[in-house]
Amino acid sequence: MRELEYPFDAEWIVKKKKSIKRQLLENAESSFLDKKIAILGGSTTNDIKNILELFLLNQGIRPSFYESEYNQYYEDGMFPNPQLEAFAPDVIYIHTSNRNISEYPAVTDSREEAEAKAKRLVSRFEGLWNHLFEVYHCAIIQNNFEAPYFRLMGNKDASDYRGRVNFIHRLNQAFYDFAENYGNFYIHDIAYEATMYGLEKWADPYYWHMYKYAMCVPAIPETCFQLANIMKSIWGKNKKVLNLDLDNTLWGGVIGDDGAENIEIGQETSMGQVYSEFQEYVKLQKSIGVLLTTNSKNNEDTAKAGFERPDSVLKLEDFTTFTANWNPKSENLKQTATNLTLLPESFVFVDDNPAEREIIRMECKGVAIPEMDAPEHYVHILDRSGFFEVTNLSEDDLKRNEMYQQNAKRQQEEASYANYGEYLTGLSMQGTIRAFEPIYMSRIAQLTNKSNQFNLTTRRYTQAQIEEAATDPLKITLYGKLEDKFGDNGVVSVVIGKKEQHKLHIDLWLMSCRVLKRDMELAMMDELVERCKEQGITQIFGYYYPTAKNGMVKDFYGVLGFVKIAEDEDQNTVWEFDIEEFYEKKNHYITVNGQ
Amino acid sequence: MSREEVYERLTAVFQEVFDDDSIELKDETTSEDIEDWDSFEHINLVVAVETEFSFKIPMGKVITMKNVGEMVDIILSLGK
Repeated sequence: MRELEYPFDAEWIVKKKKSIKRQLLENAESSFLDKKIAILGGSTTNDIKNILELFLLNQGIRPSFYESEYNQYYEDGMFPNPQLEAFAPDVIYIHTSNRNISEYPAVTDSREEAEAKAKRLVSRFEGLWNHLFEVYHCAIIQNNFEAPYFRLMGNKDASDYRGRVNFIHRLNQAFYDFAENYGNFYIHDIAYEATMYGLEKWADPYYWHMYKYAMCVPAIPETCFQLANIMKSIWGKNKKVLNLDLDNTLWGGVIGDDGAENIEIGQETSMGQVYSEFQEYVKLQKSIGVLLTTNSKNNEDTAKAGFERPDSVLKLEDFTTFTANWNPKSENLKQTATNLTLLPESFVFVDDNPAEREIIRMECKGVAIPEMDAPEHYVHILDRSGFFEVTNLSEDDLKRNEMYQQNAKRQQEEASYANYGEYLTGLSMQGTIRAFEPIYMSRIAQLTNKSNQFNLTTRRYTQAQIEEAATDPLKITLYGKLEDKFGDNGVVSVVIGKKEQHKLHIDLWLMSCRVLKRDMELAMMDELVERCKEQGITQIFGYYYPTAKNGMVKDFYGVLGFVKIAEDEDQNTVWEFDIEEFYEKKNHYITVNGQ
Repeated sequence: MSREEVYERLTAVFQEVFDDDSIELKDETTSEDIEDWDSFEHINLVVAVETEFSFKIPMGKVITMKNVGEMVDIILSLGK
C-alpha cells in the first residue's frame, strides 16, 4: 500500500489505522507469513502494536501479539509466565526508553559511583535477555535509549561522566557490546529515530503524562516502520536488487542528447556533486550485498560511456547486469529477474520519471518503487525506506556480488559447449551433503525463510527449530553445499524428513535458484536414499503445497521417479517413492563428499 | 468558525478514527455512546482533532473534557 511506504503521512496513519488494516487484509494478494510477537513494554504499547501490525501486513507478514501489562516488561519477562510460554513467540520486542532509567548519576557522585549505576542497569537488562534466550529460544529486539529531554549542565552533559547525555551514551554502548556477541539479538535504534524526527517533538512530555507513551503519538508510525524493517529483514523479506535508471537518476542530463562529456557528474558543479554522492551511496549498497542492475532507455554503447568517464564513481564492473535498450522497462525488469533467477518482488526500481514508475507499478507486482523526486533527496529516500535493512551481515552477503560474477562466467562457459553434459563435467563440481552441522545452522534457517521458488512445502524455520531438528533422532536432515571451478556457492539446498517406522515424510525440500540445472537436486536425492537405506526406510513420501511462487517444482517429485498418490481440491499433492535394493544413482556430474 | 462547522468537521474526524460512517455527534455524546472509544482511542482522537484544526489542545483541557459539547467549546475557544 503506497500510503505505508516512506515518506508516509504519520498523522493520517494514526487516524486511519482501522480502515488501513481492513484494506490490507481484504486486498492481500498472496498468503501471509504468520508470526508471533511478544511486546514487553516499559511504557504504553497499544498503538505501537496496532501500527506495527500495519507495516508488517504491508510486508506480507501477519502478526499475532502478546502484550505485557503496562511497564511490566521486566517482571513479565523474568518470572515464570505460563501465558507467554504458551504463546511461544517468534520474537520478543522490549520497548523501553529513557523513561525506564531508574537511576542517573548525581552531581556529587564519584566516577566509580556513576559507573556502578550504569553497571547495575546494564546487568539487569543482560539478566533479562539471557533469561529470555534460555526460556523462549527466539530473537530479541531491544530499544536503545534516546537522548534525554533536558540537560542539567547544558553542553557539559555530554562530556562529563555525571551528565545524563553522557550516561545514556555509556548505557547504549554496553547494549551494543552485548549485541555484538549474540546473533539473535537486535538493537532497535530509537535514539537515531528520535534525532531524525526531532527530539523536541518526539519527547513532548504531554504524551508521557497523559498516556504514558515514551514518544509523541505522531512519531509512533516512524518508530514502528523502522521496527517492522528489522522484523521483515529477520524473516527474509528484504529486497535484493537495485534496478537503476541512468539519465537524471545516476547522472544529470540525458546522455543520448548531451553526450557523455556533458552529463552532470563529478566535482565540477554542485549538481554533479549531488549525483556523485548518490553514486557513492549506491556503490556502498553493493558492499552489503545488494545487486546493482541498470534499466535505461538508451543505446547500450551510449549508456556505457557514462561509466567510462574517469570521474564516474560507479564503474561498469559494479553492475551485475547492464540493460540499456528501447524495450518497456517492465519487460527489462522481468528479464533481469529471470537472468538472476530472482522474483521481481526482490527488486527496488529507482527512476526519476513518474511515468516509468507507474508502468512498473502496473506491470510488476511487488516491486518497491520509491518516489525519487529530486536528486538531492535520493539518498535520503532510499536510506530511510530500509529496503536492505541489515540484521545479519553474513559471509554470503559480502560475497554475493562475487558469486553472481562467477555465475556470469559459468554462463559464458556454457555457451562454449555444444552439449550441456559436457559443460557440467567441465565445471568440476564438488558437493558436500551431510546432516545439519552447527556452523551452518544460521544459513540453513536463513534459506528456509528466503527460498520461495524451489521450495516444495514453504515451511519456515527459526534457527532454534533447525537446531532441534538436527538433534531429533526421528528426523533425517541434509544440507547441500556446492563448489565448482569458478567458486563456492555455499549452502544451497536443505532437506528435512520425518521418520515413521519404515517410512520417511519429507517436511521440507528446498534449493537456492542460483544452482538451478546443475543436478544438485539429484545429488540430494541420492544422498537421501542412501540415508534411508542405512536406517531401514523403504518408502519416501513427498508433499507439494502450491503457492504463488513455487510453480517450478510442481512436478519435481514426478521427475525424480515418485508416483503421485493423492491430490486435493487445492492442488496439494502427495507422492510416493519405493526404494529398491538396487537404487541407481541419478547424479552423474557432481562429486559428493569427496567420492 | 461556527458551531455547526465545527460539528461537521468533528463528525468527519470521528468517522475516520472509528472507521464508522454512521456516527452522529451531539453535545451529550460521550465515550459511553461509541463502542470503540476507549482510553487508547481517545489519544488518537485527540491527535486527529489537533491535526484537523491545526492547534494543540493543552493537557489541562484534555483532562477535563467530559463530552463532545465540551470538546466543541474548547475547539471554538482555541480556534479564535
